[in-house]
Amino acid sequence: MADELTATTQTSASARSVRGRSLFTLAMARLTRKKLGMIALIVIVLIYLAGIFAPLLDTHGYSETNLLRTQEGPDFENFLGTDRLGRDTYTRLLWGIQTTVIVTIATLLTGSIVLGVSLGMAAGYFRGFYDTVISRVGEITSAFPDILLIILLAATVRPRVLDLVRDFEDSTGFTGFISSGFVDFFVIGLALLPLSWFGTMRLVRGQVLQIRDADYIEAARAMGVSTPRILVRHVLPNIISPLIVTLSFGMGAVAGTEIALSFFGLGVQPPRPSLGIMIAEATGRGSTATSVLTQHPEQLLAPIAVVWLLIFAWNILGDALTDVLNPRSR
Amino acid sequence: MLAYMIRRLLWTPVLLVIVSIIVFVLGTYGPGDPVEVRLGQNYSPEAAERLREQMGLNDPVGVQWARYVWGAVRGDFGESFVFQGRSVSEILGPRLWVSAQLNLAAFLITFVFGVPLGFYAAKRQGTWKDPGVVISTLALFALPVFIIAPFLIWVFALRLDWVPVSGWGGFFDARIILPAVTIGVPGIAVFVRLMRASTLDVLGQEYIRTARAKGLSELVVNYRHIARNAFIPILTILGFTFAGLFTGSLITELMFGIPGLGRISLDSIFARDFPVITAIVLIGASMLVIANLLIDFLYTIVDPRIRLQ
Repeated sequence: MADELTATTQTSASARSVRGRSLFTLAMARLTRKKLGMIALIVIVLIYLAGIFAPLLDTHGYSETNLLRTQEGPDFENFLGTDRLGRDTYTRLLWGIQTTVIVTIATLLTGSIVLGVSLGMAAGYFRGFYDTVISRVGEITSAFPDILLIILLAATVRPRVLDLVRDFEDSTGFTGFISSGFVDFFVIGLALLPLSWFGTMRLVRGQVLQIRDADYIEAARAMGVSTPRILVRHVLPNIISPLIVTLSFGMGAVAGTEIALSFFGLGVQPPRPSLGIMIAEATGRGSTATSVLTQHPEQLLAPIAVVWLLIFAWNILGDALTDVLNPRSR
Repeated sequence: MLAYMIRRLLWTPVLLVIVSIIVFVLGTYGPGDPVEVRLGQNYSPEAAERLREQMGLNDPVGVQWARYVWGAVRGDFGESFVFQGRSVSEILGPRLWVSAQLNLAAFLITFVFGVPLGFYAAKRQGTWKDPGVVISTLALFALPVFIIAPFLIWVFALRLDWVPVSGWGGFFDARIILPAVTIGVPGIAVFVRLMRASTLDVLGQEYIRTARAKGLSELVVNYRHIARNAFIPILTILGFTFAGLFTGSLITELMFGIPGLGRISLDSIFARDFPVITAIVLIGASMLVIANLLIDFLYTIVDPRIRLQ
């Protein structure tokens, strides 16, 4: 009741004309007029759906080898041909996409949203001690050369986590953490954290610093609205636009880094496919990339086309969202 | 402003100390045994123990770390675990120089194309040329190194035979061209996006209208009033780029067989050569921190408004 009052007194004139239309519906309406942004959104949705429904769409098992049909070109049995071990490239592509889908969504939820947004709001809203600690920790993580830190984390933490989980599985009888690939995803997520949280945190902090002394925040505080409620209902909705734009650009970067990690053998582990592993296997970790490109281009081009489309689409969508959500440019 | 700078200067060594602790702890509790790396699979326990004592690996982690930092302060990063009897500085020195040259060449490509293209796109806002520039550079940005590198090798080295396939011969050698393009081209989009946004910001300013109203030629308005002001925000990203000059580029160096820092950092992570890894991370972190500090100083020189605050 209290904050409804503040909201209506603040924007009584304009609120009536846009009644019932949230920021989301407004933004979607504007986005539908951006052709390229819509195409990018559709491409992203299609790629993510392909990854999520990989078990339904695949035609073979992802680790099923057929040594009688290796390095074959595309035909009706293998839509995108087969690799060195006769595995179906189309099936592996779908499961590789699923890996990327899981990693990007998990990183978005844990690193960017939970850590980045909450720490950013705490630093910006409470300032003082919290701000100093959070910003300093942020400076330390960002002082590392990022890809190096990620590789270092993945290389050193992985065996330790594996040992821990193995002990846990042995002593409790729970199984499946390792075989399901859960550990792999956990380690990748952990390694990607420094990449994902700091940018979001800094952005959110800056935005919150700008609006924390706004009249409507002060009004809410004066009416006795609790701090968590102010943060969630009054602060967050007002910083959501730049946040969405940054996240859209960030998703492309996370996808790219996951693929690079897998390329170096530090991401998900075989037999589970990943786009990075497919590229690494096709090119012998890069050393024979040129001969693969001239002799079996489909093996290299299929995963690379997906990687390229995905990163490209996230960036185009980010650009479109900037135009759609930025009050200065609309 | 001065107080802020002094605070930044005092914080820098603290920051580097914490960075070194993190890398050291990761290295110590990470997998792999440097003694095993050095002696191979079949070694006698006595020899291993002797080597362990000799390398100081039996001391507490804190002592090992303190010894390391004390050495690093004097420019001595210790001895490599893998390349026996060679100091880390001796191994990294030449590679640092190689990576710096390669990345400088790449940066020149990014800069020379990115800034003018961003400016051009902003000036053509409303026509197809603006989204055309933005989208085509973004398309190049999204292309992974895995495809740019083999494609360039295939076309320019194998089919056209204009440049050698791989190797390294210094800044003025033809072999620098392909890797520099591979590293430099994706970054163009970043500069285009920034320069375009800041040019659009400046274009809307009153002083641009004033300049035109004074009857200045379009050339003078473009370069003296628009481009120079639009360039200020670009400085921020220059800091990151310059710091990146020294950390090397992992995949590109791998694919073109360049003996740079990216290559050695990857090798040493997999070989558990922690003195080398720690040194690389520390050098990279120092570069980043110092570059950001320099950029802050540069800001005050370029933009008098900041100096007055």
